[in-house]
Amino acid sequence: MMRRLLSAAALIALICVVAGLWLTRAERLPEGAVASLAGDATRGEQVFWAAGCASCHAAPDAEGEARLVLAGGEAFPSEFGTFYAPNVSMHPERGIGSWDAAAFADAVQRGVSPEGAHYYPVFPYASYALAEPQDIADLWAFWQTLPASDAENRPHDVGFPFNIRRGIGLWKRLYVHDDYAVQGPLDSDAERGRYLAEALSHCGECHTPRDALGGLDRARWFAGAPNPSGRGRIPAIDSDDLNWSRREIAQYLADGFTPDFDVAGGHMASVIANLANLPEEDRDAIAAYVQAVSPSK
Amino acid sequence: MQISTTRSFLLLAALTIGGAGIAIGQTEVPAAVKARQGQMQLQSFYLSTLGEMARGNIDYDADAAQASADSLVAIAAMDWDPLWPEGTATSEVEASRALPAIWTDAEGYAAAWDAFGTAAAAVQGVAGGGLDGLRAEMGALGQSCGGCHDDYRVSND
Repeated sequence: MMRRLLSAAALIALICVVAGLWLTRAERLPEGAVASLAGDATRGEQVFWAAGCASCHAAPDAEGEARLVLAGGEAFPSEFGTFYAPNVSMHPERGIGSWDAAAFADAVQRGVSPEGAHYYPVFPYASYALAEPQDIADLWAFWQTLPASDAENRPHDVGFPFNIRRGIGLWKRLYVHDDYAVQGPLDSDAERGRYLAEALSHCGECHTPRDALGGLDRARWFAGAPNPSGRGRIPAIDSDDLNWSRREIAQYLADGFTPDFDVAGGHMASVIANLANLPEEDRDAIAAYVQAVSPSK
Repeated sequence: MQISTTRSFLLLAALTIGGAGIAIGQTEVPAAVKARQGQMQLQSFYLSTLGEMARGNIDYDADAAQASADSLVAIAAMDWDPLWPEGTATSEVEASRALPAIWTDAEGYAAAWDAFGTAAAAVQGVAGGGLDGLRAEMGALGQSCGGCHDDYRVSND
């Protein structure tokens, strides 16, 4: 009897372990999803600026051309510890110069490393998961034209249990969506804006509050959040809280001046440095989308 | 954190509207804090004339542009040191968004303020000479504001 109980317990434990491993496994993109597409570097540069890659991966305080050197090093404090942006330049050892398109796409859209490990969601792959495969192929084509940096990576400073990356597999099941946060009828400008804002520029990663597990609370989209630096707040920008006109929003995204001619600082200044490189229609589209985000959505 | 930030934001808004800060019942705002906040408002006021021209929202007017740029240069030349007495950081004065780095990194702060003066002087050199020249220098002027807000002001953006 006892022996039978024990073996039943062992079987249950084994099932739990197998289920746990299965639930937390790293899932790549379907084979060929991006790698089969020919990338266009010129278009990729637009994706690069829309997706805000330089904001996190350029060296801290880099300006102008230096923002194309993706040396990493910027610190991202959070409730779970401090993350450091890695070197993702084209350096073959210290950067990602030895990657191929498939590895790049798995990292950007699935948060999976070439070795099959999960990346922390401080890397906004939950947003990029919504991007068009062609945009990722174009982005990789542009990426390969960027310089190499031999800057060394700094390990993340994250304590137990968050240092167990396997657990991120569960997080992904909860928070990586295959649909947009903002549903419902949008005009064609706002639809283009939604693609730019949700899939590429990942505005919600800062402007939407997070729950206890660090996932975005989609029911409070753009409702503002505490600044992870511990000082100040990231403002609410849903249609109840941001009463700027569409033109004012679009112009702010180009030159950084609020309607009162205050000037953005902090991370938003960097976002504007990216978006300033986009065509005016794209900033206008983002503005149309922002105005369509109602708090009760 | 959230409540006190909201409150200081409200206070700041009230001050902006008409010195109603005391009505909220908070401790009195030091004169230096009021003065430097007024100085920032002057900056955005003159900046708005130039910015709206650069954006194409109002017609370019060489005289008005020049006068605004001259005013910004004059603001940059003001003796700003007395506006920043110790004990007026955001943690010490509720209405203040000034980060302690202003005092712990005084050299960096001075350099950031100088960068505004340099950018304002560049705009002054071109403001009356046509819209294209003005547009070319406005980006750097905005960045000089943002550069300071980045490191020395509590971020609400």
